[in-house]
Amino acid sequence: MGTDSGKETPARRSRRRPKRRLATAKLRRRMTALLLVAPLLLFLGVMFLYPIALLLWRSVHDPLIADTMPRTIEALRDWDGRSLPGESAFAALVADLAAARADKMATKIGSRLNIEVAGLRRSVDRVARQAETLGHGPYRNAVVALDERWGEPESWRAVQRLGWRVTPLNYLAAADLQLDAEGRIVPKPADRRIYLALFGRTLWMSALVTAACLAIAYPLAYFLANLPERLSNILRIVVLVPLWTSLLVRTAAWIVLLQTQGVLNDLLVWSGVTSDAGRIKLIFNAFGTVVAMIHILLPFMVLTLYSVMKAIPDNYMRAAQSLGAGRIVAFWRVYVPSTRPGINAGCLLVFILATGYYITPALVGGDSGQMISNMIAYHMRETLNWGLAAALATMLLAAIVILFQVYSRFVGLDRFRLG
Amino acid sequence: MEMLRLPAHATPFDRLWHVLFLGLCGGFLLFLIAPILVIVPLSFNAHAYFSFSEGMLTLDPAAYSFRWYRAVAGSDIWRDAILNSVAIAAVSTAIATLLGTLAALGLARADLPGRNTIMALLISPLIVPLIITGAGIYFVYAKLGLVGSFAGVVLAHAALGAPFVVITVTATLAGFDRSLSRAGASLGGNPVTVFRRITAPLILPGIASGAVFAFGNSFDEIIVVLFIGSVHQQTVPRQMWSGLREELSPAILAVATILVAMSVLLLIAVELLKRRSARLRGAT
Repeated sequence: MGTDSGKETPARRSRRRPKRRLATAKLRRRMTALLLVAPLLLFLGVMFLYPIALLLWRSVHDPLIADTMPRTIEALRDWDGRSLPGESAFAALVADLAAARADKMATKIGSRLNIEVAGLRRSVDRVARQAETLGHGPYRNAVVALDERWGEPESWRAVQRLGWRVTPLNYLAAADLQLDAEGRIVPKPADRRIYLALFGRTLWMSALVTAACLAIAYPLAYFLANLPERLSNILRIVVLVPLWTSLLVRTAAWIVLLQTQGVLNDLLVWSGVTSDAGRIKLIFNAFGTVVAMIHILLPFMVLTLYSVMKAIPDNYMRAAQSLGAGRIVAFWRVYVPSTRPGINAGCLLVFILATGYYITPALVGGDSGQMISNMIAYHMRETLNWGLAAALATMLLAAIVILFQVYSRFVGLDRFRLG
Repeated sequence: MEMLRLPAHATPFDRLWHVLFLGLCGGFLLFLIAPILVIVPLSFNAHAYFSFSEGMLTLDPAAYSFRWYRAVAGSDIWRDAILNSVAIAAVSTAIATLLGTLAALGLARADLPGRNTIMALLISPLIVPLIITGAGIYFVYAKLGLVGSFAGVVLAHAALGAPFVVITVTATLAGFDRSLSRAGASLGGNPVTVFRRITAPLILPGIASGAVFAFGNSFDEIIVVLFIGSVHQQTVPRQMWSGLREELSPAILAVATILVAMSVLLLIAVELLKRRSARLRGAT
């Protein structure tokens, strides 16, 4: 090196720097790999990640009142929150609501305030309609005469709180908490606490479904894994057909089987176990939901365990027995521990899928079988309280992301199978 | 371990345990298949009942009929729903298959930076509850005016179907012998030729089974359709959903039976593709 005096060709240069050449080649290969992944990454970024980010943002971002009632919010800035606010706040309220009515925003304001304090929808509506008749004031007594709710500090506190653009209110509501007159976080009155209990029920039902799936799938997978190849292939179809069958079809089937005039009750009446009048309510409650969910999620557990059990050589058990272990001890101390990866993978998968269930509880859950997803859908589609729906969804998502982390850490994503 | 026959030296306790175990497993298999076995005969019920009539149990031919199948075939609502479902599933599967295969090819390369994170990201649409994804997509579509559009549903289903393709193609590529493509390259093939003549035929079963998964998934998807579809995207699951919530007509069981038949066909397709993939790999 160093004696060359001729022209520098690229080939020569790279020959002189093999390290750099290698680095360039590596970089190029990396770029190719990235380029191949990029289209789907971009697509999912737009279609999946961005929507979820928007959902997260929505759970804390609520600019409606700040945008539509700027004067009132400004007038309430230094208000102590206990006595009734002064004349200027009433004047601002009338001005804001008159403007909102002109912009057709008054109904939205009413709906939003109504979520915080039940009944405020009408109070907003009245002031918005009558704003013009109030002339140039004084407003305070006139507004209270129009609707006595405006004479209560609680209504004004609701307006003041909703003036925050970035708000913790949705999360407080989702955790059954509220702000009291002093602005402290306190639990809601007992009869209005619903969400924590619902989260609890969701986790409890998912745990029950997971445990039942494991209890059923373990012997079944063991049975299938130790059958002669031919027979096992045929019986595995029995596991795969339900997996491939539409969720709605399977839910419909459970309605047909379990409803009061359904197949199972007919069978019970016919066999004399119950009387015709004593038909048992097996569906449209938590029981029916759990049964249908076990049925729907069971194939995932069976197939996950099966693939692990299939790989355990027979001679493990034989070795344990030849070393003096009884059959039960050998099974418990040798076989079960070697299926641990399958147990972990199956349980995590089933639990994760179960916590997000919506369709089955919605169709067969009745009142006692509703889960957190149903509440999210309810607020998205019925009450249109999207902020609360987003907060509940975020809390569910957080739980699932943590579980998914555990899965990819301890089970590994390469084990993620689809049957 | 022999599952079906016990050795001659088995004790009576062993035998009892064995019979119990077989009975238990038989019961579990029945639990899995019974719901499907019940709706198939009930869909041929001559009456508007959801239980077996006397005549059905005694196999009286008069108790069976194609009445509900005729009702489905003659109904514009169901016909439109089937057409919508097929169209949405076909287009979204095409998108998902293309993007998913490319991504899997990228993931198979050892030098992809952040491989695990990317993999987790690509399959997360399967893990996040659809109610969350659906709500998020609704917020985005509400901004873009895509709520109630065909394209909106197709794009959402493509995003939900792509992870299936990524998983199946990645699994096929995991057993892919790299020396084959190297041999192709050393014999003078450029990367495109090597892909077309060597890689593609070998991973084709994986791509196809991923596509079947994506198709089946879109065909069965209801939550996103409920959130972002309108009456113009009335798909089969959505029609079943309203049928199950409003008045339960035996026509639903006829549709359910057709869907079961379809899923069995899809299942057979995937199993055949798996076998073909294993054979191709075995041949290498």
